[in-house]
Amino acid sequence: MTDLTALDIASTVRAVRARALGPTELVRAFLARVESQDPGLGAFLRVDAEGALATARALESRDDLDALPLAGVVLAVKDCLCTRGLRTTCGSRMLERWVPPYDAHVVARLRASGAIVLGKTNMDEFAMGSSTENSAFFPTRNPRDPSRVPGGSSGGSAVAVAARMAQGALGTDTGGSVRQPAALTGVVGFKPTYGRVSRYGLVAFASSLDVVSPFGGSVGDVAAVYEAIAGHDPRDGTSASLPVEPVLLPEGPEVLRGLRVGVPREYFSEGLDDVVRARVESALDALQRAGAVLVPLSMPHTRYAVAAYYVLATAEASANLARYDGVRYGLRVEGRHLKDLYGATRDRGFGPEVKRRILLGTFALSAGYQQAFYGRAQRARAHLREDFRQTFAQVDVVATPTSPTVAFPLGQRVDDPVAMYQADVCTLPASLAGVPALSLPVGESPSGLPVGLQLLAPHFAEARLLRVARGVEALGLR
Amino acid sequence: MAALEVTPELVRATAALARLELTDAELPGMVAQLQRILDHVSVLEALDAEGPVEEPPAPSGALREDTPRPCLDRDEVLSQAPRSAEGFFLVPSVLEE
Repeated sequence: MTDLTALDIASTVRAVRARALGPTELVRAFLARVESQDPGLGAFLRVDAEGALATARALESRDDLDALPLAGVVLAVKDCLCTRGLRTTCGSRMLERWVPPYDAHVVARLRASGAIVLGKTNMDEFAMGSSTENSAFFPTRNPRDPSRVPGGSSGGSAVAVAARMAQGALGTDTGGSVRQPAALTGVVGFKPTYGRVSRYGLVAFASSLDVVSPFGGSVGDVAAVYEAIAGHDPRDGTSASLPVEPVLLPEGPEVLRGLRVGVPREYFSEGLDDVVRARVESALDALQRAGAVLVPLSMPHTRYAVAAYYVLATAEASANLARYDGVRYGLRVEGRHLKDLYGATRDRGFGPEVKRRILLGTFALSAGYQQAFYGRAQRARAHLREDFRQTFAQVDVVATPTSPTVAFPLGQRVDDPVAMYQADVCTLPASLAGVPALSLPVGESPSGLPVGLQLLAPHFAEARLLRVARGVEALGLR
Repeated sequence: MAALEVTPELVRATAALARLELTDAELPGMVAQLQRILDHVSVLEALDAEGPVEEPPAPSGALREDTPRPCLDRDEVLSQAPRSAEGFFLVPSVLEE
């Protein structure tokens, strides 16, 4: 008997449309898979079996399945994206019992495309972290080695896909929170251009950086989810009103012939693990053999990305998280005066990493320090954008490692924020510049831990990026 | 900024701005970690003088006509408030502060 949880998205949609596969049967297969796998992994904060089965039954009685691009596809959604009537906690005690009164734009688009939302996935609290250990509820574990982290902050969504508990998933990528966990768990993670996907109904972390981003088991799967969620939405003022180019993926690697691939030396510096370096370099060799032209180059401001990011993202977070005041929604700890209520609520509701980042961001924006920290970080960001502009004048795409290391053991970095922040060193520049970026698996360490290759393209060149990624995938490096 | 020393007083003052209460037990760890982070961030000093400046994105024409339209259901929204009554959010008295 076929294992239904191994189906890719295109085959699923074909089978559902042909009435060869019932959505209810598919949902039941995934519920069974979650029941057997998730107790040891902790990918899901909540599984909505009832809602998923109800959606599946409703699909079965529809006669317009050909109009639904994701008919019957079973997906997981990170718990910072609002789902009407289904708790949305952001991995925080602050929102532990919050039930959103509306669906996020992307969730509404998935539903309208015929997808089935299986549940909400674990995450670092308010998306602040690189290991999913900062969840207020429990950590998520890497299916390849449960003593290791899956990366973060979208670790739950990555693991849901990696352990075949969902056919795809939504995460959010602010500084690498989809690409890095994709690399560490051996799946594909794709951050579109800033502005390409509406953030309406995404609980905000750093508004100049947050991008809703899909995970999938293949480039084709992330492309299918991307096409369902991309496009203009008037409810998000930063949403770009540009047409979304259809993604036509090639079968084989021919797209790589003559492709100019930039290889910036700053991403291959001393902090890179030997095994990551070896796998990424052999992937680059394979690209070259397939006809790509490797162009060694320099992006000299890469070294400022970590510092700039941790100033800018925390500054924005300190403003965005001011809304958690115990008055309108979420946790409330009573106090005699309003000021006491605010302080007690925020003390109880936020975990240590969130407090650390609010403090850092508040400091970076405070009188006397704003120019030295926030101002300089903005300048670094402008330099990084300029690096990308000059690079894409010479090459079609850029290729780098996604993460400087393979998955690290739980507990190894929790007490050292600077070490934890280094996990994002390869993904932060694309976030700061706003360009699209994708991670796909290109091999493993001798002990079976996945290594990801990151591909970057110019603003709004998602279709090119996905075609190239499919070409690399067709080389069969994983 | 490399010379900036993070003191317990600085952290307490910043916490007050952010409406965060820190316990005495939390304070020393926070001081040490913020010091480490700010030391790391001092790499930005090298960028001081020249180069491009980050500009806010161009206005996207995102403003809509100011006409009435449906909004979220009030009862559904208030059902998520920790305390509410008669269509209002309830807070402790603020006038005696």
